[in-house]
Amino acid sequence: MLTRASYLIGLLLVAFVSSAAQAAQPLTAKDCVTCHNAAPTEPQKEEPVPLYVNAKLFQSSVHGPMGCTICHSDVKAFPHVPKPQNVACDKCHSGPAKDFSESVHTAWDAMKLKFPACLNCHGNPHGIVAKTNPLSPVYPLNLPYTCGRCHGNPDLAKRYGIANVFALYIDSVHGFALTKDGLLVAASCASCHGAHRVVSPKDPSSQTFRTNIPATCGSCHAGIEAQYFDGVHGRALKAGSSAAPVCTDCHTVHHIAKVETAPWQTRPATTCGNCHKQRLRTYQDTFHGQVTALGVAEAARCWSCHGNHVILPPSDPKSSIAPQNLISTCGQCHKGVTRSFISFEPHPDPRDRALNPILYYAAVFMNLLLLGVFTFFGLHTMLWLVRTWNLKNHQSDDFPFGRPQ
Amino acid sequence: MNAEKPTTVYYFRFSLGQRYLHGVLIVIFLGLAATGMTLRFSDTPWAQAVSDAIGFRAVLFFHKFCAVVLTGGFLLHLCDVFYRGLLRGQTNILYGPDSLVPRPQDLIDLYEHVRWFLWLGPRPRFSRFTYWEKFDYWAVFWGMAIIGISGYMIWFAPFFARFVPGYGMNVALLVHGEEGLLAVWFIFIIHFFNTHLRPEKFPLDAVIITGRLSGDELRHERPIEYESLVEHDGLKSIETGAPPRWLMNFAGIIAVLAIGVGFILVFVTLTAFFAGA
Repeated sequence: MLTRASYLIGLLLVAFVSSAAQAAQPLTAKDCVTCHNAAPTEPQKEEPVPLYVNAKLFQSSVHGPMGCTICHSDVKAFPHVPKPQNVACDKCHSGPAKDFSESVHTAWDAMKLKFPACLNCHGNPHGIVAKTNPLSPVYPLNLPYTCGRCHGNPDLAKRYGIANVFALYIDSVHGFALTKDGLLVAASCASCHGAHRVVSPKDPSSQTFRTNIPATCGSCHAGIEAQYFDGVHGRALKAGSSAAPVCTDCHTVHHIAKVETAPWQTRPATTCGNCHKQRLRTYQDTFHGQVTALGVAEAARCWSCHGNHVILPPSDPKSSIAPQNLISTCGQCHKGVTRSFISFEPHPDPRDRALNPILYYAAVFMNLLLLGVFTFFGLHTMLWLVRTWNLKNHQSDDFPFGRPQ
Repeated sequence: MNAEKPTTVYYFRFSLGQRYLHGVLIVIFLGLAATGMTLRFSDTPWAQAVSDAIGFRAVLFFHKFCAVVLTGGFLLHLCDVFYRGLLRGQTNILYGPDSLVPRPQDLIDLYEHVRWFLWLGPRPRFSRFTYWEKFDYWAVFWGMAIIGISGYMIWFAPFFARFVPGYGMNVALLVHGEEGLLAVWFIFIIHFFNTHLRPEKFPLDAVIITGRLSGDELRHERPIEYESLVEHDGLKSIETGAPPRWLMNFAGIIAVLAIGVGFILVFVTLTAFFAGA
């Protein structure tokens, strides 16, 4: 209440002292700060923007030279009653404003978050600095924290169904490049989602729409993008296949891990195996797969033989799994590989008689052996147990066959 | 029960060398089973915990180390059989009632034993080795040969690929894993019960550790051998006293450890096998 009261008293005072002398002059910043340059005495709950302007901060902001009334254009004189309108940034920033009007963030109105939308990201309206200034909330190194105010807030995520991805991003290879290495070139939110025109990944015009992802990632990873389009996956995408995997299918969206680490290297089930289920299952039956399942990147994983971004079918002579290249592919790990060695089946299926009859019959034999031994001795053991249990409980002289007491 | 002081007289059944060899077999088999099952069921949380705890390289190293030691033990045993059976002319270990080599009588014993299980006849009179002991022996013998050869094939795959096609390693891994599973379950369930856990022997038959069994046991459990020893005046030379207390305690500790580790392995492998199947 104090603020409201002092505002009114101030208005009256200023009006009495100077109204007659200055009524015809346009307002200057100096005039405005007569009232607006005092520190607030209590938190202002009612106004989204502080009534009190740090004049020094404002002078150093990008808008400093413009004074107050370019933005607050409806304030012609004081006292300015009724209350001035919200500032319309789009008067000058029409391009970003148009982009923003198409973005998912216009949903703010529907959510009754009544803040002027621009300020949510750009911060204090009287202290807006260029995005290249480290003090800016949209400076690349600050941007994830700015977006994370909503997209890292579990309550908001739950209430409005928005993506809670800050923690995933900050724990990713891109997040580390930004937080640990301090790289301005590290991908942050806007690198993939755009700045003002953030649209749903379901929108075909979105940078994060499925078929646009290779180009989006390729804006930094250009070499990988070229390799990807050389391989079967990229070719299938180009041919219009909706099932063709794109970068994010293997690397995930926000939680992109450093690929050299064992946790990433030993997860073929969540990368290639997501689509190639049968190939994954048969791989897991090999020693390669067993070692990998233990979380150790010491035996061949999918990409050790197939490559990663340029994956080619065995019919392509350039493929690492083309028959004529297998000796050198296997030879990456195994010394002394011969032509006979490469008839090893890296995806064996003992249930598939056509693939390898010897393996099939070996599996049948082993299953029958196990079944036979345990059926016979299981029965034998149970009958024996019943018989001796009975002897023991009847205190027979025949029990326990002379065991020393 | 016999009138003569039955529980004080003991007879040697196994030589010191045989007992040491079985001791090595216990330790090595436990080591091979624990490390091998970790690889066989590598997609289970317990296998990953073992691998994380001691390191994958350690798991593989111990598996191969134990394999080499067991190969040595196996060859030593073959040399011993060859030396005693052929060079020293102890042909009774190669055939006849004292031998581990199966003979038709074993089938008759099995038939009569099952009849006894079903209250249909008297308990059969066994010789030095019963049919289930022979099965134990030959199962391990066959198992060591098969698992050993297939294991070395996987270990030295490029070398063996000179003699067998590369897909032979697929077969080798399959056989190695299944035969290993068979061995683990057989030893830790069937062998443990037949030899140690059945009510007459519970909690363990210490004969393989102490090397000796009581006169009562010999007379009741292996009457044919006993009668043959009496007839050939062989009892005096193998007579001994009761095993010392420390040896019995030692046997108890070994048994608790082996049965404990064995049952844990049986539990985790059975659950993993049936969860995966």
